[in-house]
Amino acid sequence: MIEIHNVHKSFGDAPILKGVTCTFETGKCNLVLGGSGTGKSVLLKCIVGLLKPDIGSITFDGTVFTNNKIEIRQEIRKQIGMLFQASALFDSMNVFENVEFPLRMLTPDMSKGERRDRVEFCLKRVGLEAAGNKMPSELSGGMKKRVGIARAIAPNCTYLFCDEPNSGLDPLTSIKIDELIYEITHEYGITTVIITHDMNSVVEIGDHIVYLHKGQKLWDGTKDEILNAQVPELKEFIFSSSLVRAAKRIEMEGGSLEEIRQEPSKDI
Amino acid sequence: MVKVFGQFLLFLQSMFIRSERVKVLWNRTLDEAVLIGIDSVFIVSIVSAFIGAVTCVQIAYNLTNPLIPKSTIGYMVREMTILELAPTITSIVLAGKVGSSIAGGLGTMRITEQIDALEVMGINASNYLVLPRILGAIITFPLLVILAMVLSILGGYLAGTLSGAMTAQEYVEGIRDTFIPYNIAFALIKSVVFAFLVSAISAYRGFYTEGGALEVGASSTTAVTHSIIAILLADYVLAQTLL
Repeated sequence: MIEIHNVHKSFGDAPILKGVTCTFETGKCNLVLGGSGTGKSVLLKCIVGLLKPDIGSITFDGTVFTNNKIEIRQEIRKQIGMLFQASALFDSMNVFENVEFPLRMLTPDMSKGERRDRVEFCLKRVGLEAAGNKMPSELSGGMKKRVGIARAIAPNCTYLFCDEPNSGLDPLTSIKIDELIYEITHEYGITTVIITHDMNSVVEIGDHIVYLHKGQKLWDGTKDEILNAQVPELKEFIFSSSLVRAAKRIEMEGGSLEEIRQEPSKDI
Repeated sequence: MVKVFGQFLLFLQSMFIRSERVKVLWNRTLDEAVLIGIDSVFIVSIVSAFIGAVTCVQIAYNLTNPLIPKSTIGYMVREMTILELAPTITSIVLAGKVGSSIAGGLGTMRITEQIDALEVMGINASNYLVLPRILGAIITFPLLVILAMVLSILGGYLAGTLSGAMTAQEYVEGIRDTFIPYNIAFALIKSVVFAFLVSAISAYRGFYTEGGALEVGASSTTAVTHSIIAILLADYVLAQTLL
């Protein structure tokens, strides 16, 4: 479990996070939802240690991360896997080497054979077992995301962070990436935090959702509760999509979101 | 200015915090040394051979007094090459080639979040990415400067003898005249200092790139400009203190 307590972060005179307090539950897909410029990515960077909060604390399974000893922060970081918005694959390495890299760096005791087996397992898990020799420049956007996921889970991470995993992907590939993250989260009991503004992801995989608005948490709950949330800013955000409005209308007429999800081709 | 210098010092300090394993750093240093060294041999060879040749021809052109022996041309080519042209011009050429490559490479890694990816994994990015580049430059610059010295003197020999400005014997005599071995040591000290300045300044500019592709280009340009200015300043300071 990751606990965020009263986190503030400013850049110069501009406050970005204004006392965010929330909890990300173990073994669940926790989504941080919000419009552009609401501080989602800043919050994520504070959690993984790329930025230091001005005030507040972040705790990983009871161990304080913020302002703790560098050795303790390093130990926590070794349990973190992250999928970046643009995948952030290392250009000079092929797919196999990219996935092997954290193993080579973080688990020096692992033999070459064990590393190879682990990389092959991870690539197979994301459906890219035949792409090991390809360079990042030869991959499509969806494949890059898959390699990013394989690299993140290779060292048996406890916490998985995804910064807008669907950005730049077509709807079908987005659903596949969402499903992959959801499966991996539940298969390995990982605490997953996903930054998104994609309502489709919310409906698909949102076990627990935190809504940020202007640097503050306005709401949290599950995907089943979000369509009935009574927070005006959240309602405006959700129902700005005509697709979601149509889904809500069907639900009010007696249908269910699950039915809609099972029949994607149904004319709504 | 003071703030930037302070940030530069903190950047250098950050390379030694949370250091990676020696084996990892050694392998990375060798990779970088090969990249910097092998890729620069061609341009350094061309530049130094022609500078030696041109120096020889121009000295011969200016040396019209019949009382001054022709061997003086060889002597002057040697002194200019070893003391100044080989270490300084080679380092300026490398500032353009290696400096822009380091700044551009690290800048691209920064804007594509590859450096963030390393940090999230718990790897000290400046230790893993920058230290091997600086060490690689410190290893290869002196070797390239030695190559430049040899080729420059050879270029002078070819230009002098083929143009008929002097005989081979006169040139060799001048080359061997009152040779001071310390000058070689001085040139190598300069090359090590220049290697550090070029690689560290370029790495600093690249590592802290913010923005997009345009800013990566700007970082490379700034890295080269600042490196060359630093080389010239250091050249003067070293000449004043060590000669």
